[in-house]
Amino acid sequence: MDLLLPAMLTIITAATPLLFAALGEMITEKSGVLNLGLEGMMIMGAITGFVAVHLSGSVTVAILASILAGVFMAAIFALFVLKFHASQVPTGLALTIFGIGLSALVGQSMIGIAYNGIPTISIPLLSKIPVLGALLFEHDFLVYLSIAMVVAIHYFLNKTRAGLILRAVGDSHDAAHAMGYSVVKIRFMAILFGGAMAGLGGAYLSLAYSPLWVEQMTAGRGWIALALVVFACWRTGRVLLGAYLFGGISILQLHAQALGIGIPSQVMSMLPYLATIFVLVIISRDIAKIKLNAPASLGRAFHPSR
Amino acid sequence: MLKRTLISLLLAAGIAFAGSASAETKVGFIYVGPIGDHGWSYQHEQGRLAVEKELGVKTSYVESVPEGADAERVIRQLATSGHDIIFTTSFGFMNPTLKVAKQFKNVKFEHATGYKRADNVSTYSARFYEGRAILGTIAGKMTKSNVVGYIGSFPIPEVIRGIDAFTLALRKVNPEATVKVVWVNTWFDPGKESDAAKALIDQGVDIITQHTDSPAPLQVAESRGVYAFGQASDMKAFAPKAQLTSIVDNWNDYYIERVKAVMDGTWKSTDVWDGIKPGMVEMAPYGDAVPADVRKLADEVKESIVNGSFHPFQGPITNQKGEVVVKAGEVVSDKELAGLNWFVEGVEGSLPK
Repeated sequence: MDLLLPAMLTIITAATPLLFAALGEMITEKSGVLNLGLEGMMIMGAITGFVAVHLSGSVTVAILASILAGVFMAAIFALFVLKFHASQVPTGLALTIFGIGLSALVGQSMIGIAYNGIPTISIPLLSKIPVLGALLFEHDFLVYLSIAMVVAIHYFLNKTRAGLILRAVGDSHDAAHAMGYSVVKIRFMAILFGGAMAGLGGAYLSLAYSPLWVEQMTAGRGWIALALVVFACWRTGRVLLGAYLFGGISILQLHAQALGIGIPSQVMSMLPYLATIFVLVIISRDIAKIKLNAPASLGRAFHPSR
Repeated sequence: MLKRTLISLLLAAGIAFAGSASAETKVGFIYVGPIGDHGWSYQHEQGRLAVEKELGVKTSYVESVPEGADAERVIRQLATSGHDIIFTTSFGFMNPTLKVAKQFKNVKFEHATGYKRADNVSTYSARFYEGRAILGTIAGKMTKSNVVGYIGSFPIPEVIRGIDAFTLALRKVNPEATVKVVWVNTWFDPGKESDAAKALIDQGVDIITQHTDSPAPLQVAESRGVYAFGQASDMKAFAPKAQLTSIVDNWNDYYIERVKAVMDGTWKSTDVWDGIKPGMVEMAPYGDAVPADVRKLADEVKESIVNGSFHPFQGPITNQKGEVVVKAGEVVSDKELAGLNWFVEGVEGSLPK
């Protein structure tokens, strides 16, 4: 099946931006903040990364720049939500629209510029393994980073004190506040982290996935990432699974079309979203599990009683 | 007393303003994608700039307007803000354009690639399929795997015409070749177009062509070492080695002509469907990879289309089911082309009903 390997490589490419954005959003939501501005943060990361690599020629600078762009957008969001107690949902939406517009403005001079994409890094010995080598050990830096972040975030949330505090803030901000933890500071950092990851996800799009700049190139991936977090029941491993599942179905439907399988293409295009809804329905049948994993203070503004 | 003077002053100013506004022609443009797509909307924008330069009129544009309810809002906004002629540049703007046109009888509308007209609505399109026939000829000569990939946006007649014309020309020079079609159900999504290109290349195609608007498939072709054709504009910057040529839409002359007609008062609702001969469809220069004999053949095909001796849809034509639908010596009529909904033999892929 020598179609399987190329297809899986394409799946990894499709899943990575979703993975970055969903991981970041998961942390933000774990702290109790619902950030709907993912799409705007991703696209700002995309344009900033592209401008940076064009001006400096260095991939490292581009990655750092895209992180900063995501953090910048997230800081605006945090300012409105944490300081001015604005409602989280419309603020996030406004930030999405703002990000899309700002990126288009910044990107006007970047249209038509070609870029070859960031280099692939082959891990010395491991990439020589027959099938697995090419599949797992010959990717660009951002793919490796995304997997490393899965591991790091899982460890952080479940095995460290800081992660526990984060989860506490998300589950009951009043209790955390009563315990003496600064809810605002913790949420601020979680929001910034979410923005940074979204920026990385966007950067992957413009640096590796389709290395050019066109307006609105995220094409709704931020929204998919948001759905993925719920799909994953706010659990790190499931976010990984969801991102790859979604990416996988998107790619496989294209392959199925090219192979001539006679299902209408519109149905094929729907498949990733249908799969997400399907899994959400299955998960929702177990209310207890959702309640166990969903941050209880998600979306609720924090007003300290004292 | 003061109040009345103020009101009458304002009225006078308003009338003067309205009067002066109607003296100068205002032209509006609506694009379905961003002008930065470097493809479809970009070329329409070039048309707008040409109108401004040549005629010195005021123009305005709105880009990235999704086809649907939002389109109606934007068209209506342009109609109410003093525009005399509005160009709606996508198939999906058809019904919104007609709806607004009914309410604004004094405003002229030009709808691209549609088929419904009214007294104040013209339609216009380019015979891109003539360009596709040239592409198919080149692809037929240059493919080694005999499988060519086609990234389709939506299964509308315009796209089907392109696929059919391409395939007919392809198999004319290379009867063994086939075309694999993948539908991405979007005009513009670089990521998805990349994925489609990768899927096709993984399945063995060595030339890619597209009816979507971004240069992403060409980038994939460049990085994978296969050939590709640009779409709607010259995309060589994105694929210096991979691009063999490109169909370039040229709306400049048509737009200048129509705006002039509004200014002269001679505008009438028409249906214009121009191709290579009137200059609406142009071909980008050949890429370095195209050998001299293929260039010669492609030029010959182009010449024969221009002088009328060859029509991309002349018989005999067999459809995907194997039936001969057009006999030798016959040509598919413009009417049938406008509503084309079947594939010719050699196309692998289904047509969603």
